[in-house]
Parts: sequence; C-alpha cells; structure tokens
Amino acid sequence: MWYKTGNRQLTKSNKHNEIKTGPPFQEAGGKTRRQIADLIYEVSDPEIPGISIVDLGMVVDIQPENDHWRILLATTYSGCPAIDVIPYLVKARLVEGGVKYANVLMGISPPWSTDWISEEGKEKLFAYGIAPPNGSSSLHAEDGTPKKCPQCGSVQTTLISRFGSTPCKAAYKCETCLEPFEYFKCF
Amino acid sequence: MTVVPKIKYLLHLADSPMILGQRLGEWCGHGPVLEQDIALTNISLDLIGQARLIYQYTASLVGGNTNEDSLAMLRLENEYLNLLIVEQPNKNFGATIVRQFYYDAFNFYQYQMLTNHIDDQLKAIAVKTLKEIKYHLRYSSEWMIRLGDGTETSHQIVQEAVNELWRYTGEMFQPASYELALADKEFSINLNPLKSEWNAKISDVFIQAGLQSPKDEIMQTGGKEGRHTEQMGYILTELQFMQRTYPDMEW
Repeated sequence: MWYKTGNRQLTKSNKHNEIKTGPPFQEAGGKTRRQIADLIYEVSDPEIPGISIVDLGMVVDIQPENDHWRILLATTYSGCPAIDVIPYLVKARLVEGGVKYANVLMGISPPWSTDWISEEGKEKLFAYGIAPPNGSSSLHAEDGTPKKCPQCGSVQTTLISRFGSTPCKAAYKCETCLEPFEYFKCF
Repeated sequence: MTVVPKIKYLLHLADSPMILGQRLGEWCGHGPVLEQDIALTNISLDLIGQARLIYQYTASLVGGNTNEDSLAMLRLENEYLNLLIVEQPNKNFGATIVRQFYYDAFNFYQYQMLTNHIDDQLKAIAVKTLKEIKYHLRYSSEWMIRLGDGTETSHQIVQEAVNELWRYTGEMFQPASYELALADKEFSINLNPLKSEWNAKISDVFIQAGLQSPKDEIMQTGGKEGRHTEQMGYILTELQFMQRTYPDMEW
C-alpha cells in the first residue's frame, strides 16, 4: 500500500500515475479515486508553496472506507510544524471540491524519505529556489550536497549550516553569485 | 489511573525528549549566531515531535480522557520520568552542546535497539525517528570537536561542562523499577550493552576534541523514578503555564 514515487518523469497530464493505490475510476461517496487525487494534487506544503504534496511523496494511500475515502499521508519530520496543517489543508480542499467527508490520517511507517520526491517535484523545488536532494537516502548516507546553485547554476557552493529554516533543509551559499540558498537534505 | 510498568516505560521514553525539547526551545532568539539559533530550535522541534509520537501511543493505551496534551502538559513533577541530564540548564552554548552530546549518543544507541522492538508501534516510531537522532548526534559531535579543539576559552568552557554534567550520565544505564519489571517480557531494552557503545563514542569524540575524560564520581539518579533536580520545577512552571492558567486552551 505504501508506494515509492521512483524516478518517473512526470508531466501535468500523467500526474495521476502518482496515485497508484487503486483503479482511478473506483468510486466512494460519489467521487472517483481520480477526482480525489486531482483535488489532493492541488494541495502544497505551506512551507514550500507551489509544489504539490503528491510530488513531495507525502500522499501514500487513497482507499475507500465505508462510504468515504480514507487518505493516508506520510509524516516527513516528526517535529515538522506543518504536521497538523497539511491534513487540514487536504480536508479543506476536498470539502471545497464537494467531498462531504474524508478520513485524512498521518502515518509514520515506513518512514518518509526524500527518495519519494518525484522528478517533477525536484524540478519545481529548484525553480522555486531550493536545491533539491541530490542522491539517495539511507540511514548511513550523508546529507548529500547540492548539484548547483538554484540562483545562478554555479557548482561552487559551501555549507553554512546543517539546519535551515525548516528541519528538512540546510543553509548553503553560492561562491559565484555569493547569494545564500537552501538545500533540501537527503533524508 | 494505575500506572503499569509499560506505561511508565513509555512515559520515560517520551519525557526525556519532551523536557530537552523545552530546554532547547529557550535558545530561540538567543543563539550565539543565527545558524546555531536555528539549529538548536530545529533539534528542539524534532525532539518534541518524537515525544509527541510516544505520548499519542501511550494515550491510546491508557484510554479515557487521557490524550497527548494531558500527558505532556498536565502531570505533576514526580510523574515525569525523564533523565536528570535533560533538565539541566542551558548555561552557555558550550554547556548546551555537551548536554546534547551526552544525550544524543545515548539516544542513538537506545533507538538503534528500539528499531528491533517486539512492540510494532514502538518499533515504527524508532525506525521513523532514528534518522533524526543520528543527525542530532552528528551535529553535537561536530560541535564538541570544534569547541574542544577551538580556542583556549572554548576548550575550557566545554571541559568544565564535560566534568559538571558527567554525574548525570550514570542514570542512563541504570534500569528503573519499571524497566526491571518489563525485562522478562523484553519490553524494556537491556541497558548494559548500551553503556559500552556509549563509552566508546564518548571517548572517541573526547580524543578528537582534545578533552579529558572526567574522573569517576558518584552518579546522580532518580529522574527515571520521578525524583528530580531543583531545575524541574522551573521548567514545568513555564511548560505548563498556559494549560494551568487556561485549562484546555487550544491554538
């Protein structure tokens, strides 16, 4: 039921490939899984606006439960302040989209990893000004280092601090354009 | 409620990160430089998040009106079962790093064992949070070396804290009554092997940092049984103020 987003190249039109937890036309509460997935796709992490939580690998499962949908989201960091906000945003978007009731849950097992961020998610992070995680994550791996500065594209970058504005990011500076930027750590 | 050993053990596991998270939160806006202010408060958030996962699980076992908030905010001092070391004051950045390093090293080896726990929920929490704890240990180890091997002043401050906080480290490896009661059922973890792993890590970092290992002395104990140092009252006064003043308030 937990799925990995893998390295599939995504475009807007096949974004539903991300919701591989059942047939798209399965129905509950008058909505299909695809319709639910469409609505959830429009929700962003409040700390990283403009990037879908689906692209960040946070939507784990969408399953019918009695006459409604049960949506399972992955907790990124245990202490992330967005932990309570994101399920609320998902619920709010579903209600706006005409869904009467949805059971939105946060799960911790298996633990979320930056490997679950889609390629499209990484591109959007870069475009937004955050260097995406570079490399795969495992318990013994280091954070990895940014491929290039999201401002000027230079590969000459220096770590300022292992902790950035949120637990998931480290603070870097670019040695070419001298601008600071954030790097999404491999986790 | 009668508090059975299993609940006490879970509360012990949750209370240490909760109180340390509260302590680190005091650094918010007071860090020596912006990056370290952010780092310490990020670690604080992680720790409170970890405590929260265990409080939620504990509350589900206790049932009734008990919830994560009542466990975190509304118990009496002698009902908190955290290690004494986490309640020690921040003092200065060096002392904060030493406290963090002693605790992180213990917590890392403890959680490594918990990832094989017989209880599925505790195991899932451990797997989830071990990655974060490993990160904390890396951070505090690096700063131990940087400060210990830094200037004369930074070395002296850290060495003083190393000696002063040493007396609170023995308690980590001394099983509490509830840990002994659970040992048969393999619910509490065996603390003996942790001690040698912890000692090896501490010595390794001390050598790299040019710090002297403290002399053996009498270890302070009691935190795991609810007998705290004077510091605890002050922490709870601040931690519980809003809930005590405005019961059941929510953001």
